[in-house]
Amino acid sequence: MIKTPVFDVWTILPEVFLGGFAILGLLYEAFAPRSDRRVHLLLAISGTFASAAAAYALWTYSGPPTAMAGMVNVDRFSVFGRLLLVSIAAISLLLGTHYFSRDTKLYRGEFYPLVLFATMGMTLITAAADLIVVFLALEILSLSLYVLTGMTGRRGSNEAAMKYFLLGAFSSAVFLYGIAMAYGAVDSTSLAALAHGLSGQTGNQSIALLAVVLLLAGFSFKAALVPFHMWTPDVYQGAPTPVTGFMSAATKAAAFLALIRVFDVAFQPLTWNWVPLIWVIAAVTMVVGAVFAVAQSDIKRMLAYSSILNAGYILVGLTAANSVGIRAGMFYLVAYAATSVGAFGVVMLVSARGDELTSLDTYRGLARRSPFLAAIMTLFLLSLAGIPPAAGFIAKVEVFSAALHAGNWSLVLIGAITSVVAAFVYLRVVVLMYMEEPDGDGERDTAVWPRAVLAIPALGVLVLGVVPGVILKAIDAASVLRW
Amino acid sequence: MTAHILTITTFLPLAGVIVLLGGGRNLSDQITKLIAFLTTVATFVASLVIVGRFDTAVSGFQMVEHAAWVKSIGLSYLLGIDGISLWMVLLTTFLMPLAVLASWRIEKDVRRYMLAMLILEISVVGSFVALDLLLFFIFFEALLVPMYLLIGGWGGERRVYAAVKFFLFTMAGSAFLLLAILFLYSKSGASGQATFDLRSLVSVAGGLSAGTARWLFMGFFVAFAVKVPLFPLHTWLADAHTEAPTAGSVLLAGVLLKVGAYGLIRFNLALFPEAAKYFATFVSVLAVIGIIYGAVCAIMQTDIKRLVAYSSVSHLGFVVLGIFAFTRQGMTGGVLQMVNHGLATGALFLLVGMVYDRTHTRQLGELGGLAGVTPWLAGAFLFAVFASVGLPGLNSFIGEFLVIVGTFSVSHWFGSLAAIAVILAAIYLLWSYQRLAYGPVHEEHRALPDVSVREVAILAPILGLILVFGVAPRLLTDKIQPTTNAVVARVHPAHAQDAAPVLPPAAAPAEGSAP
Repeated sequence: MIKTPVFDVWTILPEVFLGGFAILGLLYEAFAPRSDRRVHLLLAISGTFASAAAAYALWTYSGPPTAMAGMVNVDRFSVFGRLLLVSIAAISLLLGTHYFSRDTKLYRGEFYPLVLFATMGMTLITAAADLIVVFLALEILSLSLYVLTGMTGRRGSNEAAMKYFLLGAFSSAVFLYGIAMAYGAVDSTSLAALAHGLSGQTGNQSIALLAVVLLLAGFSFKAALVPFHMWTPDVYQGAPTPVTGFMSAATKAAAFLALIRVFDVAFQPLTWNWVPLIWVIAAVTMVVGAVFAVAQSDIKRMLAYSSILNAGYILVGLTAANSVGIRAGMFYLVAYAATSVGAFGVVMLVSARGDELTSLDTYRGLARRSPFLAAIMTLFLLSLAGIPPAAGFIAKVEVFSAALHAGNWSLVLIGAITSVVAAFVYLRVVVLMYMEEPDGDGERDTAVWPRAVLAIPALGVLVLGVVPGVILKAIDAASVLRW
Repeated sequence: MTAHILTITTFLPLAGVIVLLGGGRNLSDQITKLIAFLTTVATFVASLVIVGRFDTAVSGFQMVEHAAWVKSIGLSYLLGIDGISLWMVLLTTFLMPLAVLASWRIEKDVRRYMLAMLILEISVVGSFVALDLLLFFIFFEALLVPMYLLIGGWGGERRVYAAVKFFLFTMAGSAFLLLAILFLYSKSGASGQATFDLRSLVSVAGGLSAGTARWLFMGFFVAFAVKVPLFPLHTWLADAHTEAPTAGSVLLAGVLLKVGAYGLIRFNLALFPEAAKYFATFVSVLAVIGIIYGAVCAIMQTDIKRLVAYSSVSHLGFVVLGIFAFTRQGMTGGVLQMVNHGLATGALFLLVGMVYDRTHTRQLGELGGLAGVTPWLAGAFLFAVFASVGLPGLNSFIGEFLVIVGTFSVSHWFGSLAAIAVILAAIYLLWSYQRLAYGPVHEEHRALPDVSVREVAILAPILGLILVFGVAPRLLTDKIQPTTNAVVARVHPAHAQDAAPVLPPAAAPAEGSAP
């Protein structure tokens, strides 16, 4: 049946806005006599707001599940993803602006359009209904992130960007190979066609399994899952801190949302085959993340391993391979995003002007120097450790109970044990902040408005921990994938 | 108003938290302390209302408050109280103002200290009244953080080590607890909406196979055994007690350890009665080892605070032994002992703190002759020592007596061994008092001041209650018994047949009289 072409570009209006404002930003950077970060910020923030509004408008959409000739999905799952990602982007933009105002030598106007482009790739990937679109979106976000990582031109930053790029290019190739395999299995790259082909036994199962493995490897790279996590600590450490925060929260969210859609839709008929696979990856990821986090003496590297660890927990929820697990994973992503953006924001403010002081020793006696930062950092660390009343607790309860319900209790046991190990890691920072005396009175960042910005994720972590019901209902509605 | 008395009692300290947070750094230290004190006193008054409304005719939960909290995961705000938790709440709210008073000389970061105290009170009271398993777990986990900060921020020299050890031990235990809770929760989902409601989970747990129930029992047990602490999971306790500031030790011993013992009764026995019977001997052996081992360790200590800490291991062993005898006397005695230990050991820690404030040492070798220098302080110390030893007429006697009687009827061995420990307690406590109060006075201790008005205000209520509950234990047992009888009837119906009263009828005076 030939579909009549319809004008449905409004289904990707959120991406259009992000891309449009990014281009405006680029034009401004190119033609303005003197680049002003405030103009950039205004443009970029407007882009995120417009995109959020456009995404929100799609919440009540009830037309066919796919649009743009079957290339993108229109469902609440993608709306959820877009709103989450755009919020992360907005906070990161604000924090980034402060970062540049501290040291104008580091300032590059391209930061703003690049963040928007990366966000566009991320939001697109959550809506992709075809593996080709997934790949395109993946490349948009990856390329933007490579540049953002190396943007300040410091040595560590450049090295990180290079590393990220080389490994990322490799993983893209693997991913593309996976798409080829998927196409080989069912003669189509559309997720719906894959699902139909594989459930009706018309597709070639063994080639499809190869596709599962390769695609999983590709996603694992982006989501920082072991054994594809090697880049994470170096890149997190080398990248400018606001970029790290953005990357840790948003990339993970985008990668997982795409993973959920691809595996729970396209490869849903092969559930029995891929669940053991992610079971193993989840177990290894949690163990490696927790154990290596113990050995770190740099806060950004520590948070990088913590991000690996948390990716493992999200995967634990996904082993349930049902809507309960998806819901758990989605909630975890929101909780983790707020926590991670906030934690890296604190790291940014604590590291003294200009150079990145990110050794754990910098946190000695922080409670005395900046009680507010110490307090919200504690909240974020409690959330990472999964201790009530922070959001991380409810998130962990959700993923663990989803996995238990599916009978994966031994995986949950590993999760429980690694969370104790991890608690030690986070605790060490709390000890430094509250129980040690400050070494010296290093130059401090006392700006007020970035603190006000950080109050948003802090409040989010607290609210999600105390009254998770406010968002769980929406997540419930969004956890149904339409295809 | 009184319909929500449990909520009010639990969250009243929040008012103090808000005032302290709102006041910011404008509040002087004195005002901060005063606010914290008044808040805790108000909480105590609120908890008295609970006692007033308590109906002894009901053996189950009373004053139940129920509201959906997170509907989609079946988490509810469910509070209720029975004869066991009633006294645990009271003990907490009673000790709290005293602990605040005992912290009057804290000068470092007073506001943060008092915030930690108030948040601690919320989470402890909350864990005693929560009947939703996840809600309980939330309070149970939340109480770690303020206690951790109290030990680590205001403790002694090795405070950081002690705080981290305390946190990790408890956290490791509670990881298994969470796992077990979630397992039960996922089982409850088989018939409709999954729930964390203790009352419905009791029937869910009843439907599990014996093997599964035993595993889950262990999941709960490990978490609470760490908290109690039961041998061999007790090693965090000596460090935490020793390094914690006085108020921290008082609350650790007085209240936090009780959360563990309370959890054993409330959750392990209620949810898995069969598994509890299966493991009864195992647990009793651990308890007896703890009783003897704690006492022996206490004898060997030269640090008075560490000595009291080890005596806690021994005393809490009594509690667990009594509980796991599954007799009416044992169970009642165990609960009674929880309250009594909170008062007696709380008093001891307060007194040790007062001695330390004066002499700046806790080493028994560097103390001596205080009875001559500070007679009132030494007198109070002796009183608390007697209470802790279990002198008839003071509170601990009845509890220990009931535990031993209740255990003896089940196992002569356990009963006899526990009785020996009473003698050991007399050795280490009286010997330490002798070294502290008699003998030559150290030169620099000659001019020490005796108890101040503030210290009298701290000691008078707690020592008074020790006497009152020693003479009239029925004040406590009348409310405890209906609940403990019901628990015994559920776990070990055969033992519940015994019609003899746990304590002699009301008219008869309690054993012995005050010295």
